[in-house]
Amino acid sequence: MKEPVLLEVRNLKVYFRNDEGLELRAVDGVSFTVPPGKTVALVGESGCGKSVTALAILRLVEANGRIAGGEVLFEGKNLLALSEREMQRVRGKEIAIIFQEPSAALNPVYTVGEQIVEAILLHQSVSREKARALAEEMLHLVGIPEPRKRLNEYPHELSGGMKQRAMIAMALSCRPKLLIADEPTTSLDVTIQAQILELLRELQRQIGMAILLITHDLGIVADMADEVVVMYAGKVVERGTKYDIFKRCRHPYTLGLLRSVPRLDVDENALASIPGFVPDPLHFPEGCRFRGRCFLEDETCATEPPEVALGDGHVVYCHHAALSEVCHGER
Amino acid sequence: MGNGEVLLRVENLKKYFPLRAGVFKKVVGWIRAVDGVSFEVFSGETLGIVGESGCGKSTLGMTILRLLEPTEGRIFFAGQDITRLPPAKLRPIRKDMQMIFQDPFSSLNPRMTIQAILEEGLRVHRVVPRDAMQKEVEMLLERVGLSRDYVRRFPHEFSGGQRQRISIARAIALRPRLVIADEALSSLDVSVRAQVLNLLQELKREYSLTYLFISHDLAVVRQISHRILVMYLGKVVELAPKEAFFARPLHPYSVALISAVPIPDPGVRKVRIILSGDVPSPLHPPSGCRFHTRCPRAQEICAMTEPPLLEVEPGHFVACHFPGSLTLEGTSG
Ligand SMILES: Nc1ncnc2c1ncn2[C@@H]1O[C@H](COP(=O)(O)OP(=O)(O)OP(=O)(O)O)[C@@H](O)[C@H]1O
Ligand SMILES: Nc1ncnc2c1ncn2[C@@H]1O[C@H](COP(=O)(O)OP(=O)(O)OP(=O)(O)O)[C@@H](O)[C@H]1O
Ligand code: SF4
Ligand SMILES: [Mg+2]
Ligand SMILES: [Mg+2]
Repeated sequence: MKEPVLLEVRNLKVYFRNDEGLELRAVDGVSFTVPPGKTVALVGESGCGKSVTALAILRLVEANGRIAGGEVLFEGKNLLALSEREMQRVRGKEIAIIFQEPSAALNPVYTVGEQIVEAILLHQSVSREKARALAEEMLHLVGIPEPRKRLNEYPHELSGGMKQRAMIAMALSCRPKLLIADEPTTSLDVTIQAQILELLRELQRQIGMAILLITHDLGIVADMADEVVVMYAGKVVERGTKYDIFKRCRHPYTLGLLRSVPRLDVDENALASIPGFVPDPLHFPEGCRFRGRCFLEDETCATEPPEVALGDGHVVYCHHAALSEVCHGER
Repeated sequence: MGNGEVLLRVENLKKYFPLRAGVFKKVVGWIRAVDGVSFEVFSGETLGIVGESGCGKSTLGMTILRLLEPTEGRIFFAGQDITRLPPAKLRPIRKDMQMIFQDPFSSLNPRMTIQAILEEGLRVHRVVPRDAMQKEVEMLLERVGLSRDYVRRFPHEFSGGQRQRISIARAIALRPRLVIADEALSSLDVSVRAQVLNLLQELKREYSLTYLFISHDLAVVRQISHRILVMYLGKVVELAPKEAFFARPLHPYSVALISAVPIPDPGVRKVRIILSGDVPSPLHPPSGCRFHTRCPRAQEICAMTEPPLLEVEPGHFVACHFPGSLTLEGTSG
């Protein structure tokens, strides 16, 4: 399998230090690739390290954290080895990010228009008027009514979903080669969500943009993704095409994840959920980190699970990958 | 459902924001975020509120709690008119009405530890004695699925979903009677969301809570609500018991909304009703029915007269000249 690769994350590790000086291994040896023009979805339980992974790709790790190892290869060059100046040219222009929380990205003291215009001017040689027209056009594309008036508003004057769309407009305004979208539509109703997803697809067709899509909405994954990476407690537990994951998944965690989705097209009363809670990075179990919550575990799980290749890029990290296959009929 | 007692009543509630322009910041128009909304919520009930982004859901929630001053209309909580209550009189009532804010990032003070954030309300409202505080805080964290080791950490050290659970813990800490949850589960992955949903249901039984549950996730709304209220551009367009709503939504906007929900199965394709036309602005809402510019069933009358909210079936209210004319048939499967 020799696919072209736009982004390759290799054995990435991001560790934080807490107040007591203890080390939290939030992201611990994560590897995956994003082919050009394709959509790769990153899914997994809350706190498993998705956002930290996304931020680390752009080297935006919080002050109490550090990238403790690994490589981030973008078009073959290791981003972790670039100077901060070189990195600034990559951010926004080559790789743009939509942050999980709009308030983290939008500055409350500038109007939405000023912020989008600045972002455009930073990476494109156009006049201020042109940039403003472009900003208005972008707001229109993300479905914000009366975009010209909205350009003059401050973030707090916009609804949650409008802030999110303003951020999407800003990220897309420079037509990046890779878009990292961290829960891009959580504040949007389904009709606007459909419109935004269509816009992303359209840009993908037009400029061949690739997307690393972080979402907990498996409906969106089913709709948008080509490939899916499943994370649990700082590690990748399974990786494969969308069909591998939805139809032939092998990791007990992935199975549990798929079973806990409420669906509009299937009637059910109580939601299934995976027993227990996500462990805190300070207390990750030895061996397989899913231990304690897994229905297939036994003594062997106390050791690091092996990588099991199931063909065509479908990979699972589990001692009992062979057993889990029989569990599929249940749903 | 509830025990028939009305806990919250909202009458013709309006909230307009001034739109300012020019150097003198002159008011040049009004954003009609909430524009004449009336409904009741029964004690012990969960009312799901859905609607397009920007249609006024958060504004409605904040106005009910008097975090924003209403422009017009009245709010009754537990039989008392709280619309114009002065702050001193409002304070004891605040304990009974809590909100889980849409954006946990900006609603948690970045300079306070989780311990301090959760203690604040407990202390102000004297919910538990001083020496029981620590245990209470740890218990709250555990209930929302967070480790008690987190108490000394600051909000930025948490993931999006973890922050959202801290906001939930803060809201339930005061054992309120009414909780307005604004997209409270939106950053949670499905398995944690299932746990938190189950928790919200449990708390509801334990403390006989009443929820206003604002969410754009229809599957979750269906899971938790007794009745559904649909807003469009500042107005209520449909209000119905859950079963009736999902079996036979009557407003064309509701139908479009339900048809647009993606299905978590790459094998299933469904026909979506894609709404054409731009989303209108609350600055210049369309005449007549506010949905007429995008409605696939709009007739001449729709642009002329505003359809009133009428009870067309027992408990099922809809504001449309042609209710039921657009159906879900052919949009699923
Ligand atoms: N600055 C920080 N200091 C300490 N720990 C941190 C910091 N930032 C994140 N963490 C921890 O790292 C882990 C991974 O966080 P991350 O934000 O990547 O989760 P996530 O997968 O994006 O979750 P969610 O779906 O809830 O957004 C969490 O346990 C979180 O508490
Ligand atoms: N403080 C404010 N000043 C001016 N306008 C505001 C303010 N808050 C909200 N608005 C406007 O009021 C309208 C309704 O906003 P609101 O936040 O209630 O929407 P919402 O239904 O919660 O949307 P979302 O689903 O995107 O969160 C929007 O047009 C918004 O721009
Ligand atoms: S009143 Fe007319 S425009 Fe409005 S929803 Fe009904 S049919 Fe459509
Ligand atoms: Mg995250
Ligand atoms: Mg809102």
